[in-house]
Amino acid sequence: MAADGACTEDTDPADAARRRFRELAEPELPRLYRLARRLVGDDAEDAVQDCLLNAYRRLGQLEHGDAAPAWLTRILVNCCRDRHRRRARRPQEVAVEDIEQFSLYRKLADEDPFPYSDSLHLDFLHRFGREDVQAVLATLPEHYRTPLLLVYVDGFLAKEVAQMTKVPLGTILARLHRGRKLFERRLWEYAEANEMLREPVA
Amino acid sequence: MISCAQAVRELWDYLDGLVDDAERAAVEEHLSVCRRCCGELEFAEELRGFLARNADEELPPDVHARLTATLHGLEGR
Repeated sequence: MAADGACTEDTDPADAARRRFRELAEPELPRLYRLARRLVGDDAEDAVQDCLLNAYRRLGQLEHGDAAPAWLTRILVNCCRDRHRRRARRPQEVAVEDIEQFSLYRKLADEDPFPYSDSLHLDFLHRFGREDVQAVLATLPEHYRTPLLLVYVDGFLAKEVAQMTKVPLGTILARLHRGRKLFERRLWEYAEANEMLREPVA
Repeated sequence: MISCAQAVRELWDYLDGLVDDAERAAVEEHLSVCRRCCGELEFAEELRGFLARNADEELPPDVHARLTATLHGLEGR
C-alpha cells in the first residue's frame, strides 16, 4: 500500500520493474518515434520496439528516472545504427570542403541584388512544408543527421549527445557544424530541383 | 576585427552558446559594424527555428497503440 493509501504497490518485484519502466518510457514514445523516423524512416516503429525491449532488459543500469530520456535516446540511436548496418544502405558521403564554404543566406542574397529585401530569406523558408524539410533531412548522412536532430529538435546539449552516442565532444561539434551547413546546401538544391526559387528578375 | 568569413563561420556556434568569451566579443564587434552579417545572424536564427518546427512529426495513433501494447506486454520477457 502506498503512503497515500492508493493500492499501487506491486507485490512482485518484476511487476514493480515493469510498472516503473512503463512510467518512464510511455511519455517518451512520441519523441522517440519522431527521432527514429528521421534516422531510419519507415523502420521507425520497429526501431522503437527494439529500443523498448533493449531498454527494459537493461533497466537495472538506469540509476534514476531523470536520466531516462537521454538513456532511452542512447539506446534508440544504437538500435537505429544497427538497422542501418543491417540494411547496408548508407547515404552518399559528402566531401567536407564542399560543405564548409556554402552559405544559404549569401545564395539567396545573390538572387536579389544588394540591397535586397529583408524578407527575401524568410519568404524562401516559408515555401517549404514539413514534408519538404523531412525529405531534405533524409538526404543527410546519418552521422550528421543524428546530432542535428538531437540538438535542434530534441533540445539536448552537444555534450549530452557526445555521451549518448559515445563520440568525442569535439567530433560532435564538428558534425553539428557540417550538418548545419549541409542542411543549408541541401535545402537550396531541393528548392532548385523542385523549382521553388523565385523567378529571376528580367 | 575578424573578417566576414570568420564571423559567418562562428554564427551558429555563437547562437548555440558554444563560443568562449573572446570569440563572442569578436563576433559581436563584427556584427556591430556589418549589416550583412547581422542579416546572416538573423537568418541563421530563423533557420534553426524552422528546422526544429518542421522536423517534428506526430506519432500516428495506431503506432502509439502498438508501442504502448509492447510496454504493457513485457511480461516474461
